[in-house]
Amino acid sequence: MKQSRWDALVGRRPAFFALILLVLSLIINFILQPNMFARETLNSNMRVFLPIILMAAGQAIVILGGGIDISVGGIVSIVNTVLATRVGLDGSPEQMWQFVFLSLLAGLIAGAINGFFIAYLRLQPIITTYATSFLYAGLALFILPNPGGGIPANIVAFYRISTPFNLPLAIYIIAIVLLIWLYMSSTRYGKFLFAVGGKADAAYETAVPVTWVQFSTYVISGLMAALSGIAITMLSGSGNADIGGPMTLNSITAVVIGGNALSGGVGGVAGPVMGAITLGIIQNIISFANIDTWWETFLKATIIVVALAAPGIINLFRRRA
Amino acid sequence: MKRISVSPPVAALILAVILFLLSGLLPNGFGSDLDVARAQATNILRLAVFLGVIAAGQTLVIISGSEGIDLSAGSVVTLTAILTYVIVNGADEKVLPALIVSLAVGALIGLLNGIGITFLKISPFVMTLGMSGVVTGAIIIINHGTVSGKVAPIMTRLIARPLSPSFQIPNAIIIWILFGILMWLLLERTTFGKNLFAIGVNRVTARLSGVNVAGMNLAAYSLAGALAGFGGFLVVGNTGVVFIALGQPFLFPSIAAVAVGGTLLSGGKGSYWGTMAGAIVLTLITSLLTTMQMPESVRRMVLGATLLILISIYGRQRALRQ
Repeated sequence: MKQSRWDALVGRRPAFFALILLVLSLIINFILQPNMFARETLNSNMRVFLPIILMAAGQAIVILGGGIDISVGGIVSIVNTVLATRVGLDGSPEQMWQFVFLSLLAGLIAGAINGFFIAYLRLQPIITTYATSFLYAGLALFILPNPGGGIPANIVAFYRISTPFNLPLAIYIIAIVLLIWLYMSSTRYGKFLFAVGGKADAAYETAVPVTWVQFSTYVISGLMAALSGIAITMLSGSGNADIGGPMTLNSITAVVIGGNALSGGVGGVAGPVMGAITLGIIQNIISFANIDTWWETFLKATIIVVALAAPGIINLFRRRA
Repeated sequence: MKRISVSPPVAALILAVILFLLSGLLPNGFGSDLDVARAQATNILRLAVFLGVIAAGQTLVIISGSEGIDLSAGSVVTLTAILTYVIVNGADEKVLPALIVSLAVGALIGLLNGIGITFLKISPFVMTLGMSGVVTGAIIIINHGTVSGKVAPIMTRLIARPLSPSFQIPNAIIIWILFGILMWLLLERTTFGKNLFAIGVNRVTARLSGVNVAGMNLAAYSLAGALAGFGGFLVVGNTGVVFIALGQPFLFPSIAAVAVGGTLLSGGKGSYWGTMAGAIVLTLITSLLTTMQMPESVRRMVLGATLLILISIYGRQRALRQ
């Protein structure tokens, strides 16, 4: 009986394992850094995690729909360079809002370009978004060839130190994202998304607008990447055309640690959000455990591989038993 | 209406030739000087060899299907390049042991990938991505930032130099042609090849027809690792220097070369000829953009746009309605 309950838990709630990982890493982090739940520490962690969390949420939607988006890092770079060059260090809040709006629009368009090639021209997602990642990263570098520029210090301060009701600003944003997902997954669109990711042919035969749903996932991902770019710009306060590149693969890892199947149709957004937080905490743990810097990359990667392997290892042992 | 169909490898090659001829018209192109044109073409081919060999392993795992991909290829290239550099240390007689170590280390990493993917059911994308991190971490530990070594004169002679002064074709290209023939034999004339395509099309039917799917998967990833290892050996033989970011720039181009060569990323269909043509096209575009002295930003954008156009021409998947 016990085994079937495990099956039910993991089968029906793919994020269950992500939750275990998150709690485990939180406990280890807490032991190494006892003040981590203090308002200041929590805030300084969450504001760093937020960009990758937003990106992972968008990536999760694309992956649920059976695709993958390698161009998200490029979109983050575009947004970052646009904000840093057009708003400037002495820009007004109105200017900031104006360009935040334009950034969202840019993310939307970039996502729509991906969606057009993948959903309407039926190109393969990995290679298409790889190609557009060059377009976007190149455009970002064109806007800002050398790191520099920035946004006004008071806006950076707002992002960095806002803690309404003693909770970090990032927590509210994550809550909004999760609430939207909760609503979305209950709508017809949510059902379509799972159907398309599970088996696009079967979905097509049951009159699901497959092409449109696939297209929309890339638009959502582009929009989330733009939000992620806004967040990381408000965090760093400066511009760098290569800021987004390294984030892409992390967002995919976060989604998979969050329990979503990379083949699509299984998972949700809550798992990937937890996965992204877990990735950040692993980084924290490594920097707090006083490990020789030479070992950091190796340890971090090994922990991630073990975390990815754990469900498979558990299943291997359970089959033997 | 009958559609004209050109097989992707041929299309890619035609495209490469057209691009190359057009490049002659550029302000600093070869113009009407045939000797310069030949020298340029040879040089681009020579550069394509390394991408081509690294993309060979990628071709195998992509053909094997089930989202097969090897994102650890880049870091394996760096690792085996560094190992070769350190082991050889300028001595000709140590070249063979270094080659064997490169192949073995690559195969071992590939085998670990295969085990994770086959038995622990980790998706290839993240398994090999994680492995790439582990290998990079291992390189950092082994290296501690510095390596001391040297490539042997015989390696430079065998890889970078031409066969003889009267026959101006670098050995790397000859190695590549032989390598291509071996890959063709492997894919088209052996049971391994037949089974690889079989598991790429449909794993269930392959298993029911008596193919050892798990074994094939392990073999495909191990072989891919070994080929990436061989790639690292060749790269260091050509460049003569090593650094931590040596292999990573080859990673995504190796996947792009496979896709441009007409191999389906969903598996079960493809050829190594296609990958070779893809590697030539990609190298050609990159070196053209470099000769045209465009800023890095424009280079990236043109490369992205060209890739998009290339895969739009023949990288399209089957329509939903058929």
